[in-house]
Amino acid sequence: MSTEHDHDDGDAGRTGTFGDYGGQYVPEALMPALQELEDAYERYVLENEDGFMDEFRERMRDFGGRPTPLQRADRLSERYDREVYLKREDLLHGGAHKLNNALGQVLLAKYMGKERIIAETGAGQHGTATAMAAAHLDMPCEIYMGRTDVNRQRPNVYRMRMNGAEVTPVEAGSATLKEAINETMRDWATTVERTHYVIGSVVGPHPFPQMVRDFQAVIGDEIREQIRETAGRLPDSVVACAGGGSNTMGTFHAFVPDEDVDLVAVEAGGSSLEIDEEEGLAPNSATLSTGTDGVLHGAMTKLLQAGDGQIVESHSVSAGLDYAGVGPELSHLVETGRVTPANVDDEAALDGFHRLSRLEGIIPALESSHALGYLEESADELGDLVVVNVSGRGDKDLETVLEETEKRDLEAAPDVEVFDG
Amino acid sequence: MSEYDGEVEAAIRENHPALITYITAGDPSLDDTEEYVEALDRGGSDLIELGLPFSEPIAEGRTIQDAITRALAAGTTPEGFFELVDDLETEAPLLVMTYYNMILQYGDSEAPRASDEASGARRERSEGLDEANGEAVSGQRPRAKPDVRPFVERAADAGLSGIIVPDLPAEEAEPLRQACDDNGLDLVFIIAPTTEGERLDRIMSHVSGFAYVQARLGTTGARENVSGATHESLERLAEYDVPKAVGFGVSKGDHAAEIVEAGADGVIVGSALVDIIAEADTPADAVDRLEAKARELKRGARRGAETVTIDPEDAPEPEQP
Repeated sequence: MSTEHDHDDGDAGRTGTFGDYGGQYVPEALMPALQELEDAYERYVLENEDGFMDEFRERMRDFGGRPTPLQRADRLSERYDREVYLKREDLLHGGAHKLNNALGQVLLAKYMGKERIIAETGAGQHGTATAMAAAHLDMPCEIYMGRTDVNRQRPNVYRMRMNGAEVTPVEAGSATLKEAINETMRDWATTVERTHYVIGSVVGPHPFPQMVRDFQAVIGDEIREQIRETAGRLPDSVVACAGGGSNTMGTFHAFVPDEDVDLVAVEAGGSSLEIDEEEGLAPNSATLSTGTDGVLHGAMTKLLQAGDGQIVESHSVSAGLDYAGVGPELSHLVETGRVTPANVDDEAALDGFHRLSRLEGIIPALESSHALGYLEESADELGDLVVVNVSGRGDKDLETVLEETEKRDLEAAPDVEVFDG
Repeated sequence: MSEYDGEVEAAIRENHPALITYITAGDPSLDDTEEYVEALDRGGSDLIELGLPFSEPIAEGRTIQDAITRALAAGTTPEGFFELVDDLETEAPLLVMTYYNMILQYGDSEAPRASDEASGARRERSEGLDEANGEAVSGQRPRAKPDVRPFVERAADAGLSGIIVPDLPAEEAEPLRQACDDNGLDLVFIIAPTTEGERLDRIMSHVSGFAYVQARLGTTGARENVSGATHESLERLAEYDVPKAVGFGVSKGDHAAEIVEAGADGVIVGSALVDIIAEADTPADAVDRLEAKARELKRGARRGAETVTIDPEDAPEPEQP
């Protein structure tokens, strides 16, 4: 709602807005911390003071495994009769793009002289990445995770604990990601003077959406360079899944000025796009496609909400996309028409999961599977040269996939009933 | 007409030291809230804050979170809230405390919240019909731009005197401040222990009603002691000639005395009252205990004020025991 508008390259203006979106809607106690963070972000990240970005890139290479490959998907290219490339973020340390942001922020916290790291996690991907980064950089770390998620994502809870993080279950509400963010913000409002909150996506108050994007932008920067090398030109389309939107913005950022490159953000259509206002439930998390403007977790953005302003519970078969909000910059880029929102339902995502596993020998995360489901549905709209971001690997999803596959008749799925035998 | 700028400031100055009480509307029902507000009024509250529940209360501790959960489960809506306020007749002016999204979305309940087109056309940006205005919007899905004015106008109609928004810092508050000014409502800002320097000056120069001094970092919730941060904050704010009321953690008459003695013009008590509502055996029991608690707090505040009416310069040396 600020009057400060930014330029079209997506950089936030003075007050941290992207068009009508963004801002800093947080309790007063956090405002000085956001200003301190903004200052540190400008000095260390934007201006590379004390060689911060050099150290970040070096650690992402040696500890993280960057750069990740851009791989031609031979059988998908054949199937869709066009050139299909996969950006292999699933090969990053930890098995997802999440480390780009987590390591960046934990390192920044260290440069800022903070003594403690806190973070929220939904399915546990951001929590595990933050726990790894905190262990790597020797910082105490506490992760807030909804009780429901703690119970259904045990392996990730163990991974975080193995890395020395404390995992604190959150019991409020539906006890999932939204409540975990609320509780982490409360911790931060209490301990702000010595604690840094490593937010897990391009969401939250300024400068988080911009800063997280910048840490993730390495994905798109690498794609640009790699595709020019292999294909000799920029792609016709770039496709990425979108929940909060960190892999999406990371993949798209470098291409935003290239008007000829179509950018498609694929959200979770879940089981239906309708909101049940009575129950306060959205059986999807297609915020960009169906949401309306409002304020959640510190930013003006598109939301899944009831008419009176209460936030509804989202749902997706993919826990990592299961969020009622989305990054404000993505809302802006959709509003201006630069990014095209799309969505596929749970079934199409599961099919996408099985197809990539069978055809390419890559088991993708259920999040990334939405982008692959979209490729199957709409390949002919994507031009001759397509890049799909495989944001993470799917080992974590095997149980869910087996369970969900048994309930359905999926084209690309193997016979899962014999798996136990 | 009072010499003060609005009835909120007058309520504090004229009843110095003031007692400001908070409960969550709709916990456990709006009918009960009506009784409880009247009890707080009888008990000597000089201002009463009513919480309009929002599903993501990031500034609240567990006590008020649970109250909000109960209120939402009971079906509390903004319109139900305003109807309650329409009916209330209290001595104490009433304020609404709620989160910004509730203010932005009010009056928009009939607007389409989910695009019907989205399910059919997954990718194309469809031609949409804005049902709220009955106008075709070319190239855009139906959407509603949020606006603070319908809420503020309804709040003024209902007779509310001010608004407190815990997730709206001064930097983002201009649209709401404008709407409040136009409708004669105060927009109360919170001063945190971390609010310092230029920002503090700026916020204090815009104080409307009173400065809500947050006693400690963290969330709302009853505490056993008055924090050292409270004393530091009041010292820091002493030079500003605006009414200051201290909240976050105040639960007893003794706290009220200590805070007023330290220079506050009022105390704000919420979680301790919400605890009474949660623990009471019957609504009638809650009514009695709320009224008694308000009296205890107001007495405590007065006790604190008696101690400070003596100018320290003129005060006799304390006698040695």
